[in-house]
Amino acid sequence: MFIRFLKLKRFYLIINNKTSCLYKSLDDQKIMNAKTKETSLEILVNKPYKYGFRTKVETDIIQKGLNEEVINLISQKKNEPTFMLNFRLKSFEKWKKMSEPKWAYLDYSVTNYQEIRYYSAPKKKKKLNSLDEVDPELIQAFEKLGISLNEQKKLTNVAVDAVFDSVSIGTTFKEELAKFGVIFCSISDAIQLYPELIKTYLGTVIPYGDNFFTALNSAVFTDGSFCYIPKNVKCPLELSTYFRINDEESGQFERTLIIAEENSNVSYLEGCTAPKYDTNQLHAAIVELIALDNASIKYSTVQNWYSGDETGKGGIYNFVTKRGLCAGKNSKISWTQVETGSAVTWKYPSCVLVGDSSNGEFYSVALTNNYQQADTGTKMLHVGKETRSRIISKGISAGNSRNSYRGLVRMYPKAANSRNYSQCDSLLISNKSCASTFPYIKVENSTSLIEHEATTSKIGEEQLFYLLQRGIDVEQAIGLLISGFCREVFTELPMEFALEADRLLSLKLEGSVG
Amino acid sequence: MLEIKDLKASTDDKEILKGLNLTINKGEIHAIMGTNGSGKSTLSKVLTGHPAYAVNEGKILFEEEDIIDLSPDERAQLGIFLAFQYPVEIPGVSNEEFLRIAYNIRQKYKKLEEVNPIQFFDIVKPKLDLSGVSIEFLNRNINEGFSGGEKKRNEILQMCVLDPKLAILDETDSGLDIDALKAVSNGINSFMNEDKSLILITHYQRLLDYVKPDFIHIMYNGRIVKTGGADLAFTLENEGYESILASVN
Repeated sequence: MFIRFLKLKRFYLIINNKTSCLYKSLDDQKIMNAKTKETSLEILVNKPYKYGFRTKVETDIIQKGLNEEVINLISQKKNEPTFMLNFRLKSFEKWKKMSEPKWAYLDYSVTNYQEIRYYSAPKKKKKLNSLDEVDPELIQAFEKLGISLNEQKKLTNVAVDAVFDSVSIGTTFKEELAKFGVIFCSISDAIQLYPELIKTYLGTVIPYGDNFFTALNSAVFTDGSFCYIPKNVKCPLELSTYFRINDEESGQFERTLIIAEENSNVSYLEGCTAPKYDTNQLHAAIVELIALDNASIKYSTVQNWYSGDETGKGGIYNFVTKRGLCAGKNSKISWTQVETGSAVTWKYPSCVLVGDSSNGEFYSVALTNNYQQADTGTKMLHVGKETRSRIISKGISAGNSRNSYRGLVRMYPKAANSRNYSQCDSLLISNKSCASTFPYIKVENSTSLIEHEATTSKIGEEQLFYLLQRGIDVEQAIGLLISGFCREVFTELPMEFALEADRLLSLKLEGSVG
Repeated sequence: MLEIKDLKASTDDKEILKGLNLTINKGEIHAIMGTNGSGKSTLSKVLTGHPAYAVNEGKILFEEEDIIDLSPDERAQLGIFLAFQYPVEIPGVSNEEFLRIAYNIRQKYKKLEEVNPIQFFDIVKPKLDLSGVSIEFLNRNINEGFSGGEKKRNEILQMCVLDPKLAILDETDSGLDIDALKAVSNGINSFMNEDKSLILITHYQRLLDYVKPDFIHIMYNGRIVKTGGADLAFTLENEGYESILASVN
């Protein structure tokens, strides 16, 4: 779980639904002499990315490059039924005809798609049935990251699906969930065990031709999570998936599909890390959510991919397509994300509000530092009557980074009496960072209401000094300022995530004020 | 309590304090007056360790310890408080949370127990009345949307809650109407006792009617050029800075 991620000691008191943070320095770094201009405001140590280690594990790999042969091989290695192979091949055909989009406010060197390895899985001798059979080196890697699958069982009541490179390693709690009829397994397993569900829902929210990266993903995805909540069931556990890209030259193309039937609900958490490499790695994932009548899905992500070093070298390209379909009346899908890693982030978790009175929400904190770039936001497409959407986006730009919010709110002709509220706030921390907002609003009926607010502010030396003069140390002061800014979003995260997200942001911002 | 010896400080390579000397004992109230640009605010910033100012020469001894190498928060924890001339707004952080955190840091420093929000409310309530701040201010974000007078009252509230040893009030009286001035003075007077010291930086006589200083210093060109008792303020009001400075030179 994310708590394990950071392996920090926590000193939090939770009172009256508000968190009061008593931070403690991780290191015993003395604050610089206040005599000179370099003072306590410039912290000396930039915390290194703790998860930059690599694990030596025997892997089963396919040669680099993308062609039909590779796709056939992937499908074969996974023992897929024919319909799946066909889906992949159709997607590949489509991808070949498409070109990489260039409209985002991003500058990056384009990936050479033939230089990527599209399949990398830790070698395993037989199908894993229990954690005892997993390669101990792998379990060790997870433990190093603070995720002990076993520990999860006992302490946190969260069922964890861990994906290491392309393969889901183990899914704990399968049996407990099965009692409720909840299916939570890897998508590879789902393709084998529940082909009808897959056939019915896969690609319905995000068709393979949607964009360049979805076509790529649909051709080469190797794993991800599958989750199915039957009618009238409130999923008893928070479901969690943890992704890690280990192999330098592999891309990660995971695919997640969550289906919530009538009157059901589920909360799903996604966390991510990757080791440090000088080159860029591609992460082009797809997440599809479907909520039927009166169902609700809460999808939370705390993303801490490797962002590249202080000069902008290396780091993950995070090009993800996430979309939720509120198919049923009164259904609800809520996206909450804290994006702090990745060299380049390009994603718009969206909601298509088809069912009457359905509700879409998007809460986001996107932090960019050094030379990171983010072009992120959401699309709320109101199709049905009396649909509602709410967007709260907080962008924090530090260093030389570039942080853009791009949002689309569209009220289709039949979306009578629908409402949207959007709030986009930017916080600039350095003089060289950049924050932009690109809101698109299109209303095609006369009874809907759209509200949009935006603010831009700066963390200044004076604000920080004010807090310092009251005896609060730098780390804690920055933490206060940032968490105050992000409060509205953090309260949407499942509690454990919220506390750690607070801390993660502070860590990521050290050394950047001034 | 405080001893400043030959202090020379500059900002942006411009020397502002040019050899300032000042001694303050426990229980004393010192007023510092002077023309605009004389270095009064700079003095308060240098004493509290503002990063934009560099100390070139001299010593600042607080309770006999040289604090020049200490960071602003370290100095604050020793018991130095500055009521800012222009308090900043800090959106997203509530007054209550901020005060409680700062209070608990003081508690920790004094080796006392930290308090939870409920206990803290009992501690803060009487101080609210003293400084003329109403309860709903606690839930608002720090200084956000506060009028000038409200911001100054908030500074005094913080002073009463944090209970420092040395409080520096930088033009706390500017922008206050009579009632606000009385409320603020009340707060200051109830805070003050024989173990504490106060530096009042001000332009006007008005505040000094309510908070009686033991000493008045006049600053000019980065130095203290004249020191007197409470009556010096009257002289200043009547004759203005020019004549007093002329008499010094």
